Amino acid sequence: MTTKGHSSTAASGFSKGELMVAAAAREIHNGELVFVGMRLPMIAFGVAKRTHAPGATGLFENGVIRDTPAPELLYTMGDSPNLLHASYCGDMLSVMSLLQQGRVNVGFLGAAEVDRFGNLNTTWGSRNGQQVRLPGSGGACDIASLSQRTVVLLEHTRQRLVSQVGHITSPGNGTGDGWRRAQGLPLRSGPSAIITTMGVLRFGEDGEAYLASVHPGVSVEDVLSNTGWTLRVADDLATTPGPDATELAVIRDIDPNHFWTKS
Amino acid sequence: MGTDASKLVSMHQAIAEHVSSGSMVLMGAQLEQMIPFAAGHEIIRQGCRNLTLVGPISDILFDQMIGAGCVSRVMAAWVGNASAGMGYCFRRAVEKSIPRAIETVDHTNFTIALALHAAAMGVPFMPTYTTLGSDLLKRNGNLREFSSPVNEERLVAVRALRPDVAILHVQRADTAGNAHLWGNLGVAIDGARASRKVIVVAEEIVAPEVIASDPNRTLIPGFLVTAIVHEPCGAHPSPVQGYYGRDHAFFHEYHDQTRELDGFEQWIKHWVAEVSSRDSYLKRLGESRAHSLRVREHALSVPVDFGF
Repeated sequence: MTTKGHSSTAASGFSKGELMVAAAAREIHNGELVFVGMRLPMIAFGVAKRTHAPGATGLFENGVIRDTPAPELLYTMGDSPNLLHASYCGDMLSVMSLLQQGRVNVGFLGAAEVDRFGNLNTTWGSRNGQQVRLPGSGGACDIASLSQRTVVLLEHTRQRLVSQVGHITSPGNGTGDGWRRAQGLPLRSGPSAIITTMGVLRFGEDGEAYLASVHPGVSVEDVLSNTGWTLRVADDLATTPGPDATELAVIRDIDPNHFWTKS
Repeated sequence: MGTDASKLVSMHQAIAEHVSSGSMVLMGAQLEQMIPFAAGHEIIRQGCRNLTLVGPISDILFDQMIGAGCVSRVMAAWVGNASAGMGYCFRRAVEKSIPRAIETVDHTNFTIALALHAAAMGVPFMPTYTTLGSDLLKRNGNLREFSSPVNEERLVAVRALRPDVAILHVQRADTAGNAHLWGNLGVAIDGARASRKVIVVAEEIVAPEVIASDPNRTLIPGFLVTAIVHEPCGAHPSPVQGYYGRDHAFFHEYHDQTRELDGFEQWIKHWVAEVSSRDSYLKRLGESRAHSLRVREHALSVPVDFGF
């Protein structure tokens, strides 16, 4: 499998999207409170619930709290199946208050750009040198500011993994160690992992990202040449474990037509 | 209650009387659920200008109103298309001032909720930790850093936001405006309390006894409501729990068709300008498409006992 290929299924039988979902699901531990978010993380929450983390609880910023995964594939968190048999339906402040108290263990985000310190930009992008107005924060800045661990999922390209984001929509580690504390952000909060289409990045004590694992079939050189700064590589670099048979079966049960997990 | 207490009016009348050029309007309070599209389309048809739109994620209704030239300012956490990402009218307005320049005041979902909560509480601001260290804090004048008077922590003051009118879509209401809604509530409850006027758009108008049978579900008390409009299917293509599901394809079609300006102009002509009311919109949508979105399997809650 080459990193530039578009074949949806690797030799080992799963797509990149399915691998990313499995990796995201493993960021959820049993019993944790999870700010779920949209797209791949919605599936990851379902996978975690049905495998290793049956006691996890999902929070959605529209006011929904679920102890069970939604009975059908979701396209947005406000879809009717996400409300049916929810454990709670209330207003936004009733979930944001839990986030601000520091009770939420992990929150998931996407982004147009992420930088070496895990700062996210979803407000202003650039395309062929021109500024492009993106939709904005939504709840992303809140999750990045306040959840204990933030996990970002995005495509791995030089345009998306940049040395420094042009606009901090959602704060990561700012300019490095101590920055979050200096800003007044909660002590127990901050970026934990960046799951890309090529590997998984984690953060050192100094607040900078490093490559912790590469996905099967991806070389370190591929990762480095597709990253917009000189990315450090872990001494004990691992290969990201693909979904096992149980995880893959659950992913395909939730997303049978590969709507979110096709590539 | 006598019939003279009725606040029931047509959509045309509600918008004509309570939304005018320059108004600050809260819509999309329940995020992807129950977006008041019928009301937004009537605002476009009546030619309101220089509106300030307020909402959390706003979805494609804000994009349409921006594209139609009704808007001079947006105060929102997210403006786009929840199915497809980008809102092209929003982009054209911000990047190229097409059809006119707009000011964007970038919030987060939490700060929009806190801004409305402050107004609902009658205080000038609410404190929070969110946005500390972000560029939103630097660029949005309604977010101000301050030192806590009780423990000297750094906090952000989110300035209260009092819209001129909130337009809230609900499942059912009586003619006095007492409204039942269920499902995710977003910022609807604070939005109703924060706003100077409230227009409630209901799928069903029911007898006051129905509302009174379950006061916990009365999330907007009637005295806060200025006008009530009966508009079945008025939130399409967004979902209304217990009535119809989300028309996902409609959001993707909008995305594909509005990529270029002339595509948007054709879209808005077909779905807004050429239709005089929600009834004619639904005729264009077609009975089979509307039917396919209806509830397939009802899931009724168990009644609660208010007896004594």
